Amino acid sequence: MRLKKGIPVIDQGDKLGFWGGKFGGNFVPETLKKPIEDLEIQFNKLKNDKNFIKERDKYFRNWIGVPTRLIKLNNLTKKVGGAQIWSKVVSDANGGAHKIYNATVHCLLAKRSGKKVIIGDTGAGYAGKMLSMAAKKFGLRCKIFMGAKDIKRQQPNVKAMKKNGADVIPVYSGSQTLVDAVSECMRYWVANCDTTAMCVGSTVGPAIFVRICGWSTSQISRELKVQLLNEFGNIPKKVKLYNCVGGGSSSFGFWNEFMDYDKKQVEFIGVEAGGPAKSKRHAAPLTYGSKIGILHGAAQYVNQNSDGQIEETESISAGLDYPGISPLHCFLKDTKRARYTAASDEEALKAYQIVTKYENLRPSLEPSHAFSVAIKDAKKLSKDTIVIINSCGDAYKDRGILEKKLGKKYVKSN
Amino acid sequence: MLNPISLAFKKAKSEKRPALVTYTVAGDSSKKQSLEILKSISNYADILEVGVPHNTPVADGGQIQTSAYRAIKNGIKMNDIFQIVRDYKKNKNSKPIIFMGYYNMIYQYGKNNFIKNCKKSGVNGLIIVDLPWPENKIFSKHCKKNSINFIQLLSPTTSNKRLKMITKDSHDMIYYISMLSTTGGKLKVSPKKILSNYNEIKKISPKKNCVIGFGITEKTISNFKKTDGLVVGSQICREITRSLNNGQNPVINVSKMVSRLRKKIS
Repeated sequence: MRLKKGIPVIDQGDKLGFWGGKFGGNFVPETLKKPIEDLEIQFNKLKNDKNFIKERDKYFRNWIGVPTRLIKLNNLTKKVGGAQIWSKVVSDANGGAHKIYNATVHCLLAKRSGKKVIIGDTGAGYAGKMLSMAAKKFGLRCKIFMGAKDIKRQQPNVKAMKKNGADVIPVYSGSQTLVDAVSECMRYWVANCDTTAMCVGSTVGPAIFVRICGWSTSQISRELKVQLLNEFGNIPKKVKLYNCVGGGSSSFGFWNEFMDYDKKQVEFIGVEAGGPAKSKRHAAPLTYGSKIGILHGAAQYVNQNSDGQIEETESISAGLDYPGISPLHCFLKDTKRARYTAASDEEALKAYQIVTKYENLRPSLEPSHAFSVAIKDAKKLSKDTIVIINSCGDAYKDRGILEKKLGKKYVKSN
Repeated sequence: MLNPISLAFKKAKSEKRPALVTYTVAGDSSKKQSLEILKSISNYADILEVGVPHNTPVADGGQIQTSAYRAIKNGIKMNDIFQIVRDYKKNKNSKPIIFMGYYNMIYQYGKNNFIKNCKKSGVNGLIIVDLPWPENKIFSKHCKKNSINFIQLLSPTTSNKRLKMITKDSHDMIYYISMLSTTGGKLKVSPKKILSNYNEIKKISPKKNCVIGFGITEKTISNFKKTDGLVVGSQICREITRSLNNGQNPVINVSKMVSRLRKKIS
């Protein structure tokens, strides 16, 4: 299995949509073949259309507010005493997370194809919140499918979705988290694909959704490249890009523009959710060697039992609480372009405390997983190494959990 | 010699009625009970679809999901499902069995192993909801070699061009999904429209036995008497749930329901 140079990774799949011959594909009911093919034709045309890109960039600039900041975390760097620690503050984006890029692009596509309704899944509530924002912006009706358990633990985002006029549909089947929300959303699309557009909230699902999402979030690394050139005059000799990985949309977007660099120069480190330290129910299929299976239309490494039933996961961060992983990351793992590891709930919380203590930055629980590993690694790295963490979400949505785990006082004071 | 599925269609045709195809989930609500249900409905149904329960189904509505989750919760495993079929096939009155499920279950079992076990236990056909054409080309050929009918699905969104290619690659039986819906949805398209689509398919592929599924219930079934076959699933699953909730015996209630369904198309 080989990664090709000079071709965007999203376009490296084969005719049937498989990366490396085995990850991804289109394991979908017959009914969805046609709407998926329509979307493929539309996207393949528009992604090279100058006017469409102009339109996308206009909304990215004026509405999402790109570029997001690249900042040096001076206090943290001093405290850790190793590599230089930087952060790309993607949570600066309108809405507070990277999910806005994909949501905006899907709404632009839906608008052009004449659809009136857009549906989406959500775990942490960010994908749902952003889709509801974008739908409102572009005059589309919006339905968000969300696990009942996630609705309880991510109330601020639920309120935001409702405020934007979206229907939030609770999903009570299975583990009542993201995995069930995606299933329910796909089922709804099966029944309504003639009038309704679907936005999959991450780089997962049938191949076209993986591609659209990866294409959209790549905005992050396009900006980062420019920012590094402005800051250092060139791409530094040793760069390490840390990102949390649930479905894999922010990490893929954070890395994409650097794909062709030698990994000795620009290394990619994906941090999965290890779950509670004592639990075996992790959400880290790449780190803990899960087997290949089919979930939500795509072949991928996925947590499952020997029969092929998908297993429930457990993580403090709803956004990473997913048993599978993007086919793109399976491909990057097996081609050894990226390496993957996991942080536990406890480690993520600790990292959140450290970051908020030393810096004026409040990463949500998802990027706190990445901070945890980055801080540990940075200690051992030389001063000329540039460690950059994608702070892809803001902790506002986690207030309830943080208060419960760390105390009200702690959360109020920062 | 005709395979058992084609024979079942032939027999129904000779009686001037569509074949009645039922769907129940293996292991719902227990291994024993699901076997009893299969045995008792064999008096009225012509072909039995046996659902292989999966916990992330992307095309099943509420009723079938409930049945599937119930079966999984009660511990059903792939090998138990093969055993149910083996036990069922010991009956004199046994009917052709079609497995219906999702591809991951087969993928994890091992494709070759799965087909081998289907053959050994007496499974006559396979419907794999999330393995569409052309992705299923190699697998369906492999099924055919082993005398297992791979049943291709067609839907209202299937283009004519695609329809021709799919039916060309199909075996004796094809399955038309009546409308854009998950299983168990209310019939939201008129029977007339469904029949006109059905007739289109028959025109293109007159020799294949084409069944209609999704939205077929006691209420709607008599609209479709002039077809090769009809599938009833969600209503049966709902009857099992209802019986369990009321402390009644699902075997008796389901059997009565299937008998009523049969009368309506005879």
